[in-house]
Amino acid sequence: MNLPASPLLTRRGALAAGVAALAWRPALAAPQADAGQADALHVLNRLAFGPAPGDLERVTRMGAHAWIAEQLQPERLALPAFLAGQLASLRTPHETQRELVQGYRDMLKQAREAKQAEPASSDGRKPQTEEDGERRRQIAAIAHEAGQERLLQALNSPRQLEEVLVDFWFNHFNVYQGKGLDRVLVESYEREAIRPNVLGRFRTMLGATARHPAMLFYLDNWLSVAPGYQPPRRFAGAGAAGKASGLNENYARELMELHTLGVDGGYTQKDVTELARILTGWTLRPQRGGRRRFGNDSNDAGADSIFGFDPARHDDGPKTWLGHRVAPGGQSEGEFALDVLARHPATARHLASKLARRFVADAPSPALVGRLSQRFLDTDGDLRAVMQALVDSPEFRDPQPAKFKTPYQYVLSAVRATGIATTNVKPLMAQLAQLGQPLYGCQTPDGWHDTEADWLNPNAITQRVNFATALASGRLPLQRADDPDAPAHAPGLKAMERQAEKALARDQPVEGSTPPVDASALLETLGPAISDRTRAAVAAASPALRAALVLGSPDFMRR
Amino acid sequence: MQRRQLLQSAAAAGLAWTAIGRTAFAASGPLPANKRLVVVFLRGAVDGLSVVVPYGEAAYYQQRSSIALARPGQDGGVLDLDGHFGLNPNLAPLMPLWQAGRLAFVQASGSPDPTRSHFDAQDYMESGTPGRKNTPDGWLNRLLGVEPPVVLQAGAGAHAGVTRGLSVGATLPRIWAGPNPVANIANGARATRPTLLDRPQVSKAFDSLYSGDDAMSRAYRESQQSRAEVNEAMTPDQMDREQKVANGGAPLPNGFPDDAARLAQLMRRDPNVQIAFLALGGWDTHVNQGGARGQLTNRLQPLGQGLAELATRLGPVFDDTTILVISEFGRTVRQNGTGGTDHGHGNVMWALGGGIAGGKVHGRWPGIDAPSQYEGRDLAVTTDFRQVLAGVCAHNLGLSDNQLARVFPGFDGTPLNLAA
Repeated sequence: MNLPASPLLTRRGALAAGVAALAWRPALAAPQADAGQADALHVLNRLAFGPAPGDLERVTRMGAHAWIAEQLQPERLALPAFLAGQLASLRTPHETQRELVQGYRDMLKQAREAKQAEPASSDGRKPQTEEDGERRRQIAAIAHEAGQERLLQALNSPRQLEEVLVDFWFNHFNVYQGKGLDRVLVESYEREAIRPNVLGRFRTMLGATARHPAMLFYLDNWLSVAPGYQPPRRFAGAGAAGKASGLNENYARELMELHTLGVDGGYTQKDVTELARILTGWTLRPQRGGRRRFGNDSNDAGADSIFGFDPARHDDGPKTWLGHRVAPGGQSEGEFALDVLARHPATARHLASKLARRFVADAPSPALVGRLSQRFLDTDGDLRAVMQALVDSPEFRDPQPAKFKTPYQYVLSAVRATGIATTNVKPLMAQLAQLGQPLYGCQTPDGWHDTEADWLNPNAITQRVNFATALASGRLPLQRADDPDAPAHAPGLKAMERQAEKALARDQPVEGSTPPVDASALLETLGPAISDRTRAAVAAASPALRAALVLGSPDFMRR
Repeated sequence: MQRRQLLQSAAAAGLAWTAIGRTAFAASGPLPANKRLVVVFLRGAVDGLSVVVPYGEAAYYQQRSSIALARPGQDGGVLDLDGHFGLNPNLAPLMPLWQAGRLAFVQASGSPDPTRSHFDAQDYMESGTPGRKNTPDGWLNRLLGVEPPVVLQAGAGAHAGVTRGLSVGATLPRIWAGPNPVANIANGARATRPTLLDRPQVSKAFDSLYSGDDAMSRAYRESQQSRAEVNEAMTPDQMDREQKVANGGAPLPNGFPDDAARLAQLMRRDPNVQIAFLALGGWDTHVNQGGARGQLTNRLQPLGQGLAELATRLGPVFDDTTILVISEFGRTVRQNGTGGTDHGHGNVMWALGGGIAGGKVHGRWPGIDAPSQYEGRDLAVTTDFRQVLAGVCAHNLGLSDNQLARVFPGFDGTPLNLAA
């Protein structure tokens, strides 16, 4: 972008010290229409998944400042009817945690029994049974709905900042959809633990993730018990839960290293073990009779939650953790630990630097991180206040497209820019997997990383160019009818991937693909995001390739 | 002047790479160009005590009541290596290499840094500078910097040799960070399948957008060049055919065996590929890791199969190749309360290759009874992981002391000689 340098930016060093709030208004009141459009583009790139048709004009007209204010109150923005209708057709959001978990276990059990009934072949292996395939299809359908719910909203919701923050905070509290029960729980996790809290209090989100079965399962805390614990006899032999006899420190470590203090937050191995002891008994109670067995039922995890604190599994000895003497207190020990972690200066710093890296620059200035961190501490972790401080900072206002888009940001911004009314997100999920960022597919709890060094590589650029070309020329089946009630006939994700791959390589559009994208409309949608140099190359190219060049251009790789 | 800039200005001036390269690097002495290195990173900390099992120690069975592997000869027992250690039976495809003296292990190796964070420990193992977080580059990229420079193909302006460093996977990990170009190919069959960008009219249009000297333009050109190079070594059809034929007509299981086999074929056909990297995850076995059967088994089987495929399909190239298998740290000696193991310290490193003094478990074994444990819970580290990496670089790839100092800055230990 060739934008006139703001005097604020050239003197950034001098100003960085403490002028958080004066930023937006003066610059936005600047007389040139160009500056208003540049501001609009900037906030759409950083706080939304890029401009959709008409966005640039609308945000320029209302002013970036007013648009941000609107985005910070997402509950006041109504969802358009077509999106609300798409979301209403999903079934998983209406199922309770208990139904999902019970359904998953029943499916496993049926498949196991069906397999036992089958005769083994000569090599001792059992053939795949019909029930097996049906179970896979059902689980895949539930898992797929999580992706539909996420991507349809990210593409079309007017609450764009909320969508950006859902991506950010899910990733911060990452769980992996490929691990057992989490295949069916990721949708509930995002909808119940993440989404309602992204502009709320950090402590609330921390508690919601700690109590959500997806996290309890993913980082194994549901099994962690007081050393020497004897499971009740009726549990004996009932899988992992029947065998647990001591600590598992997986969640306790990542809770401090990744979710709160950060790896350099000043804790020791002893603190990890002590926190694991504190959190023993935080587990699942999926059985219907569970409520009676678990003594303490006081939690704010929601009416349908299957979180339970089991005093029998809890290590009731005294603990010393992060310098605190923790007296025996059942579930309240863990709540106390979350209180301490949520208010710790190391946590404020860790979160501030992650937010600054996401929204400002790969190596954000220590001054900005310091200010956001202070805002976090001053407001007791009010994430709306922290976001307000962030967008008010002169560092955020720097209009340079300093960030290289992640695959997620790239794919979403490309589809948004075309204005295609997507009904089938499978080709996008396949594309994300090919680009190395499968949705809900980060296996490790650190989530995806967020810098140019993580995502810019030779293969990535040419894959993006291939995707841009397929999308712009209408080769992706984004409007294919997707009937979730007919899993036996609808192609699975693998088949869709193969089909999308073929579409990327060949000429023929496939069923449900979209009309070719009009390059001049696209250029109008993206405005100053596309440089004069790229515009010249586009003008010189054959008409069939023009839109592809825009979406595959170096300009469009950044935000 | 950065080496990349040097190469680019040489290209611009139409000079021969070789002449420039020899002059610029004469001081350190170029390496034999036929030596190869493959690094396989097991992310998530593989339980080394379940890979090279100290079945000769009573403490092993005492501390792992439900996940220990049985002694050799018993049902599901380990495969004896040397009377004290045994190999996990799921790695049986590697036994012929052990018996041929082409597979070695270094037990109780690891980092001098005590971190039990996966992410810090991986970072240190990839930067090659344990305890230092601000190292900007990875040791494989620095190794590319001391290897002989790329050779310009006559005419055409396209240069061969961008695949000297080749990574398998959609992203480039930390170990490759740095100024020297690295090519990466996708996992699976699409690594070599044709794409829209292979069509001349499409690539011609995009070439003009990516003609600058910025990072994106360079990445674009490196990708196009490496695709051309790979396609020249082997057409997609040939590749598909070989993947199947060498496996008796059946496709290999997806994932590591398939990727390893494809890499081997590329290395065999394309002499430019000198340093390669693959990673596979899923080793963080906190719960129910199992013994001879179970979760860890499900991960070890494809790993063993893939490594055996890699060795076999490299054919004669295996003689000049070293394959290293590394992981960020080991796991607790004692099993935890949930039939798994938590983050530990010392681990086992694996080395395979024609030039490896195999059939031996190297390193000093500190024992795993309670008094011998590191911080009362882990296998102690008696060999710095850099001793192994530097040892292979020195004794198998032929790096000089000066070159080693550039690849492993700040390392003053003794490289471990694993060379036959």
